[in-house]
Amino acid sequence: MAPGQAARIEAVGGERSFRRRLMEMGFLPGTQVRLVRRLPLGGLLELEVRGCHVNLRIDEAAELQVQPL
Amino acid sequence: MDSSTTDRRPLVALAGNPNTGKTTLFNRLTGLRQKVGNYAGVTVERVAGECALPDGAKVQLLDVPGAYSLAARSREEELALQCVAGVAGEPRPDAIVLVVDATQLSRNLYLALQVLELGTPVVVALNMADELAKRGERVDVAALERELGAPVVLVSALHDRGFAPLLEQVAKALAMGGDARPAPRRKLPQELEADLVEVGRAVPEAWSLGSAMRARAFAEWALLSVEERDELEGVPEALRARALASREAAAKSGRSTDDALIAARYAWIDERMPRFVVQASKTRTKSERIDAVLLHPLLGFALFLGAMVVVFQALFAWSDPLIGLVEGAMGHVGDAARELLPPGLFADFVVEGVVAGVGSVVVFLPQILLLFLFIGLMEDTGYMARVAALMDRVMRWMGLSGRAFVPMLSGYACAVPAILATRTMERRRDRLLTMLVVPLMTCSARLPVYTLLIGALWPPAVVAGFIPVQGLLMAAMYLFSTLVALAAAAVLSRTLFRGQGAPLILELPAYRLPHWPSVLGMMRQRAWSFLREAGGVILACTIALWFLLSFPKDEAAEARHAQAVVAAASLAEAEQSAAVEAADARLASESLASSWGGRFGHAIEPLIAPLGFDWKIGVGLVGAFAAREVFVSTMGVVYGIGGDADEESGTLREAIKAEAHADGRPVYTPLVGLSLMVFFALAAQCMSTLAAVKRETRSWRWPAFLFAYMTALAWVASFAVHQGGRLLGW
Repeated sequence: MAPGQAARIEAVGGERSFRRRLMEMGFLPGTQVRLVRRLPLGGLLELEVRGCHVNLRIDEAAELQVQPL
Repeated sequence: MDSSTTDRRPLVALAGNPNTGKTTLFNRLTGLRQKVGNYAGVTVERVAGECALPDGAKVQLLDVPGAYSLAARSREEELALQCVAGVAGEPRPDAIVLVVDATQLSRNLYLALQVLELGTPVVVALNMADELAKRGERVDVAALERELGAPVVLVSALHDRGFAPLLEQVAKALAMGGDARPAPRRKLPQELEADLVEVGRAVPEAWSLGSAMRARAFAEWALLSVEERDELEGVPEALRARALASREAAAKSGRSTDDALIAARYAWIDERMPRFVVQASKTRTKSERIDAVLLHPLLGFALFLGAMVVVFQALFAWSDPLIGLVEGAMGHVGDAARELLPPGLFADFVVEGVVAGVGSVVVFLPQILLLFLFIGLMEDTGYMARVAALMDRVMRWMGLSGRAFVPMLSGYACAVPAILATRTMERRRDRLLTMLVVPLMTCSARLPVYTLLIGALWPPAVVAGFIPVQGLLMAAMYLFSTLVALAAAAVLSRTLFRGQGAPLILELPAYRLPHWPSVLGMMRQRAWSFLREAGGVILACTIALWFLLSFPKDEAAEARHAQAVVAAASLAEAEQSAAVEAADARLASESLASSWGGRFGHAIEPLIAPLGFDWKIGVGLVGAFAAREVFVSTMGVVYGIGGDADEESGTLREAIKAEAHADGRPVYTPLVGLSLMVFFALAAQCMSTLAAVKRETRSWRWPAFLFAYMTALAWVASFAVHQGGRLLGW
């Protein structure tokens, strides 16, 4: 995904408490997310979901399966 | 538990997501009437305050730790439920004020639904609606009230608006006598309804208070929260077992209770959001435009480094005149006490024990206040989350998150404020790990020791044509301590704290102007809690050290001193004072040698001899436990020069160069100097650091571990330097 691009979440994976926290923060299947930017040094991705900006580490963000819109 | 359980005033819990302005609202409502305590078994502070309702009645307001959900896995997360629901030792609130950020309504409503289901009267404080208005949006308060079944009041925590109507609603809620209107009902899949009924039966009466709705809320909480290996402590065994069994059974038939419960809440919210928010627009927000600069790969990093240079410079250099003021003031107090008291033991005790002890506590205040000024500003504006994001990649290598960066940086100035700054980290494991490595950073108290040794043992020569040897050595000590600290973090995170690393979910809150009273309040609170909780330990240690280094008195030496003074009286005027001074210095040196501390220095000589240290250095190490720079003045006393020698003192440097063993070999070779500097770089030679760790972890276990591991590391490293150097023929 390129910065600025939006996508729809298809599935949320990962360890239970991480997955639960992500879903509770609004990363649910069917929800739209937008990649705001890749942070300097390449460690984090800034995502926007439900008007909130949330940073995830790139390898951990891979637990989100998305379909680019 | 504290007095809150016996308090007659009604208890109002203030709950909400992080970054909703909850704490600002709390500070506004309570002013300075706050009481900071601690929750049992965790290092999270329990902050409560008093607040007056419009009719003059006083209520107790509890600042519940910010949370996105009541669901919990860790002990810290569990607090939110315990405070809001009033279970597991926490008193049940009579009403709840729920702070909701209007700009992030849908996610905030997730927590709101959980809280409403607990059946305690709720008042929703809708904060930052003014921000929303700037984007051309508006919340339909009437629709929100109708759907939530709770009063909604528009407030602006930052601009002090809406407090009177909010407090009126709180008064009304309290008048309801603890019974709330029923919470919104959500449609759930049939199997899940059955699960909730079954788990609900395991909810104890003390929790449900006989309410079916409340039992169901706890059932839902338990299904989301408990797992085989969680850290929760307040969950009744029957409830835990039932929730685990139900979740497992559901999983066997291909259902995830987590997914269904969370999705059902968001389905309720999403269905109504179009009615709640009028005219939703999709504009790039102000925060996003600021972040385009502050998180820019080049510009953002440059600004970040600039900000960190300012923080570091403040702790390292700007605090110096303030520290000088504090020390000067304590010096005056000491002099005044000397004049008032008759000379003797008691005066010594007051001046060198008590006054010096109080001084060694308050001397930390300038750095603590300055550091928390910057931390407060960074937290309040939202920049701290950006710092954490920018540094995550670097800190992750050490098994830490980006939040550890500011405490680590502060460690170069002083470990004590740095340890207090670990407060900004949410996870206990990260806080502990940071506290255990920060004392390895080259703090400013090590500089006088390095300056003295380098100045005495290495000539002011240059290598490679232009690099001064002395400066190179100093830089090498900084590099050495940084590498050791990084390596220690990497090792500890892969051993003692292994497998506890958690994925990062870091929210970037919208930028806001700082709320100065909150920033100043936090500075005051941190300084006060340091004085109260670490101050006592530091004071006691200073007095104990004074005692150890002053007793028992050496009567033979005192008799010799008296003779010397009498003899000096017959000398010419000009020589007289010099002779008395020399006699005083000799007495101080001899008394120190025969004191318990001096004897301890003798006793540990076999232990430190392999490092190249003699018993006199051993005494210096004992003295340095008060604070590392005290090594310099202790060595001044030991070598009979007097306690006011500083690291630039030529006499002390000469004494160090001249100091020889019984067989005439010099005590201080450059190799011994290096070994000693390595020892100071690594040893936990600082009781204040240990006191701060004790205060933050609420146990003696971690300071004991810190002391043991750092001292062992220091011994081994110095041993390697000294013995290795000798093998190489240095």
